[in-house]
Amino acid sequence: MTNQIVLPDVEALAARVADGAKVAVFKDGAVPMDLGRALVRKGVRGLHVVTVPTSGLLADMLIGAGCVATIETSGVTMSEFGQAPCFGRAVKSSSLKIMDATCPAVYTGLQAAEKGVPFIPMRGLIGSDILANRPDFKTIDNPYDADGGDDPIVAIPAIRPDVSLIHAPLADAFGNVWIGRQAELKIMAHASAESLITCERLYEGNLLEDPHLAPAVIPSMYVGGIAVAERGGWPLGLTGEYDDDPDAILAYIQAAATPEGFQDWLAEHVFGSGAADARVPAQAAE
Amino acid sequence: MSGYRSEELLISVISRLLADCGHIAVGVSSPIPGSAALLTQATSDRPVRVSVIGAETPEFRTDGGVDLFDSAGQGRIDAFFLSGGQIDGEANINLVGIGDYPEMKVRWSGSFGSAHLYFMVPKVILFREEHTTRTMVDKVDFISAPGWSPDNVHRPGGPYGLVTNLCLFMFDRPNRRFRLESLHPGVTLEEVQDNTGFNFEIPEVVPETQAPDQAKLELLRSTVAQKIADPYPKFAERVWGVKAAA
Repeated sequence: MTNQIVLPDVEALAARVADGAKVAVFKDGAVPMDLGRALVRKGVRGLHVVTVPTSGLLADMLIGAGCVATIETSGVTMSEFGQAPCFGRAVKSSSLKIMDATCPAVYTGLQAAEKGVPFIPMRGLIGSDILANRPDFKTIDNPYDADGGDDPIVAIPAIRPDVSLIHAPLADAFGNVWIGRQAELKIMAHASAESLITCERLYEGNLLEDPHLAPAVIPSMYVGGIAVAERGGWPLGLTGEYDDDPDAILAYIQAAATPEGFQDWLAEHVFGSGAADARVPAQAAE
Repeated sequence: MSGYRSEELLISVISRLLADCGHIAVGVSSPIPGSAALLTQATSDRPVRVSVIGAETPEFRTDGGVDLFDSAGQGRIDAFFLSGGQIDGEANINLVGIGDYPEMKVRWSGSFGSAHLYFMVPKVILFREEHTTRTMVDKVDFISAPGWSPDNVHRPGGPYGLVTNLCLFMFDRPNRRFRLESLHPGVTLEEVQDNTGFNFEIPEVVPETQAPDQAKLELLRSTVAQKIADPYPKFAERVWGVKAAA
């Protein structure tokens, strides 16, 4: 009963992501790039990607590879490396539906979903073009207003992803996942129907038995499948384990500056053996 | 030639705006505001907390991304920094792009937390080095976060000042417009007018921006440079030749 949750490889995990699924991905430090590459190889289509609350390389690669129909995001950015090339092209060519958000609205929507309530109100947003372009965000009157009701506040509807994709340091054979510092991953996992996990290593024993590890564990009830993917975040870092590979990220941005260059990058790093080769030299965290 | 770098002038201008703040939070990609927060911390006679999003050093850390917004919502953050690809005369900011939404001519990253923090943090300092009619516009193409709100909208926070590589503006909240506060050394009023796409209030006398004194420069080049090298190693090395501690 304990073993079927650990799948043989990332391809087996990717097989669980259906065309058209609503997929949550995390901003940084826990991004399953290996699983993303497997999704591109599988040729998944029509994804609705929810970035929690932003994304970079993973969203950009999935968009460039034609996997994404809709993106719900507070920002797609390569941070200090610059703008996200495939995202920018897709927005301009209208080949991508974009639902602009603001970071706390994404968290609020996920928190509504994890509580099983239809919405949670949040401050801000009123008067912004974000609100003007999100008919699903509704301005309501604060029913508790002391002056009897002229206090508009925005209701953020629950965001319920079909699946969240997470790369973590550790998971165990019982299906528990240790996420380290990135506490927001729990909100994302709780809100999603299931989470698909890649991890650096399997933990001997049950993570929930260790009082130091247990507070940062996503329990198995939220987990749909686990696969080991060593250095599975490359070229992005994994918090507490290893850093970004800036040369490889820059190489992506340069290649993806044109659609042809992006296809070459895919051929080498997703369909070829380039990804595995590139990360063989140990770039261990200091 | 003056005895300080342009970054040091901007840091010292921003730092003066933070004088009464007990908790200053700094977002991603903000080395100059981050240095200003640390300079305030180093010169204040009261304890000042500086939180830097994404920093590894324990003293800069909050309880995570959700906590940043939650604590701003509670009023636990006194000052924050925002920028914009476009900023207009009513202090609306645009982080989304140029042209008609959604298929914009130029698409930027997105609005991040601006549409919440601009409302909730009492002193939001706008910082954009590039001061041209491209960045300082009459009307932004997309309002990521508005500069002001009707009276019935709960808004304890909002724009306080706008610092560019030419000058310092202060935002006049009741009149919803910027007032020119000071011109950086060597900058003329005409230069600011020529490079600004919005109307702003011009007082009869516009002083020169106060340059950092020797004591501040020494603090910047020692304490601040060392501390900012954790979240922003490239900046610390480029400006002060300081390398992050291993």
